[in-house]
Amino acid sequence: MTWEILISLLAATVQSGTPILYATLGEIFTERSGILNLGVEGIMLVGALAGFLGAKFTGSPILGFVLGGVFGLGLAGLHGLVCIGFNGNQVVSGLALTILGTGLANYLGTPFIGQSAPGFSPMPAPILSRIPILGEIFFHHDLLIYLSYLIPPLMWLFFRYTRWGLGLRAAGEHPEAAAAAGLNIYRFRWAGVLTGGFLAGLGGAYLSLAYTHLWTSGLTAGRGWIAVALVIFAFWHPLRAVLGAYLFGGVMAFQFRLQALGADLPSSLLLMLPYGLTIIVLVLSSWRGRGDQAPAFLGINVEPSE
Amino acid sequence: MGKIRVMKRQEPLGWRSCLVVLGAAGVSLVLSGILLGLQDRPPLTAMVILFQGAFGSAWAIEDCLIKAVPIYLCSLGVAVAFRLQIWNIGAEGQFALGAVGATAAALYFPDLSWFLLLPGMALAAFLAGGFWGLIPALLKIHMRANEIIVTLMMNYIAILFLDYLVYGVWKDPASFGFPMTPTFSESAIVGRIGDTNLNWGLALCAVCGLLVWVFFRYTLLGYELKASGENVRAARYARLPYERLVILVMVLSGALAGWAGFIEASATLNRLQPSIMVGYGYTAIVVAWLARLNPLYIGLASFLLAGLRVGVENLQLELQVPAAFGQIMEGLILLTVLAGGFFTEYRLRLRPRP
Repeated sequence: MTWEILISLLAATVQSGTPILYATLGEIFTERSGILNLGVEGIMLVGALAGFLGAKFTGSPILGFVLGGVFGLGLAGLHGLVCIGFNGNQVVSGLALTILGTGLANYLGTPFIGQSAPGFSPMPAPILSRIPILGEIFFHHDLLIYLSYLIPPLMWLFFRYTRWGLGLRAAGEHPEAAAAAGLNIYRFRWAGVLTGGFLAGLGGAYLSLAYTHLWTSGLTAGRGWIAVALVIFAFWHPLRAVLGAYLFGGVMAFQFRLQALGADLPSSLLLMLPYGLTIIVLVLSSWRGRGDQAPAFLGINVEPSE
Repeated sequence: MGKIRVMKRQEPLGWRSCLVVLGAAGVSLVLSGILLGLQDRPPLTAMVILFQGAFGSAWAIEDCLIKAVPIYLCSLGVAVAFRLQIWNIGAEGQFALGAVGATAAALYFPDLSWFLLLPGMALAAFLAGGFWGLIPALLKIHMRANEIIVTLMMNYIAILFLDYLVYGVWKDPASFGFPMTPTFSESAIVGRIGDTNLNWGLALCAVCGLLVWVFFRYTLLGYELKASGENVRAARYARLPYERLVILVMVLSGALAGWAGFIEASATLNRLQPSIMVGYGYTAIVVAWLARLNPLYIGLASFLLAGLRVGVENLQLELQVPAAFGQIMEGLILLTVLAGGFFTEYRLRLRPRP
């Protein structure tokens, strides 16, 4: 009996961790290129709304999911325009993006609060789902979760073994040397920002299409900021991001169960858990300069040359 | 066809940098007008309603000034931290804690006379807000934890803590289940100035603004702080006490936001309730950046962005535009001003192709 509860809790962990995983991977991609994007929270919200509306009006959840990514990419494009195009401060631009994105999602989404849209439902994966324990935890989910399993290894391979991956990392580690070697670092930074925005948008769309199945205001509840913190926890490494995302997925799943069981704790105190944990995780991974593995030119603009 | 070249400006742009801000505001207005059009609202009429609602009557201007008070105090605090390149995004949470601190004093000592109680509430708000700023400062200097994320997470925690209090132990038994504390006693309410609706928080803003200005302009500590903000490595090399400066600015920053919470709870709402959290702490960041961290300009920008809030309320009333429209405009203005900063530093030159 308790065994079954544990398995279902772990399966719920994977599900709650997935939107954070998409967003964290996106931010890793962006930060590796040297651009800090603090707008993830806003991008996720806009992605969630775009995904929801896309699915609602086209009737196709897949189209909605892709639209979520595309709108995330568009919003991240504003960040690219301000920081890469106009040399603006990356921290402030990211904050502005979060304010703008939150506003946009609330403004355009107000008429749809409480409505539902066609979404994704669990589809046990053939064969894999029959693996004892692991199959139950990892392969009784929706398509988008299976998709999210593919991204971290692909991203790792991309960074490690491809020329473009190397160029993107060079734009974050040492843009001047990269430029001297003949690379167009602006192009790599644009690629980093846009891809990151696309992934964060997908993470947002996951929330409205596969997690809640309906639209409410403030759907992300700080998940975008948790993703930004998890990038540090992951030391900018896509495979470690999986660990971080599922850690938070676990806490959120646990918190839900506790609430559903009617635990004798005020819900506001219970809701503090993920935020408090974010601080703890951040402190532990920054301690003794372990966070120094950040790309050397993260957050620093490259001045336009004459 | 010529080729556009980017050149660094040799001398500062001077008064023409105002044009950049105006241009940025213009672009934001056009973009938000388009958004209004998307939802079938007449953009031009809506803008007129927005401006009339904000600045069109004595009553509206009074309302702007009242809303500008908490924005100003939060923004002043944020600006003090930004001066040292410490990104305090936590004004929202420090504001909440300040309101909680002041409320605690008001609820537990309702019978004190006002000249003891009000300073007591101010002290409690100062300590609570300052404490909420101290934690990220300590985590930053001892554990090297990124202050942006810590302050932001602490916003969520502070708001939930406020909820916990007003839904639980502090809930007024006579409120028919609404989450709010009882109304403060007479002596716990910051009074109004003369016959106006303005409260004495406005005077607090003036005093704090002046003090911050004097601090940066005429004291050694203020000078050290500015110098460290401009170049942290050089400051460490010159043996400036960087760690202590971080603690100082974060406590001060939190305390100022805490005072905003105190004024808002005491003078505006006369009690503590969840609706006290309307995002002044985030608006403060926009304000601080628009005003380039200058205490006087912060006053002007606070008034204008308070005007935006009042105007949007009018828009909501007349055209049923969702309140989030104000947030969109804040975000757009900040983004366009950031982008516009490019033109104060660089100039474009069209060069004919040989």
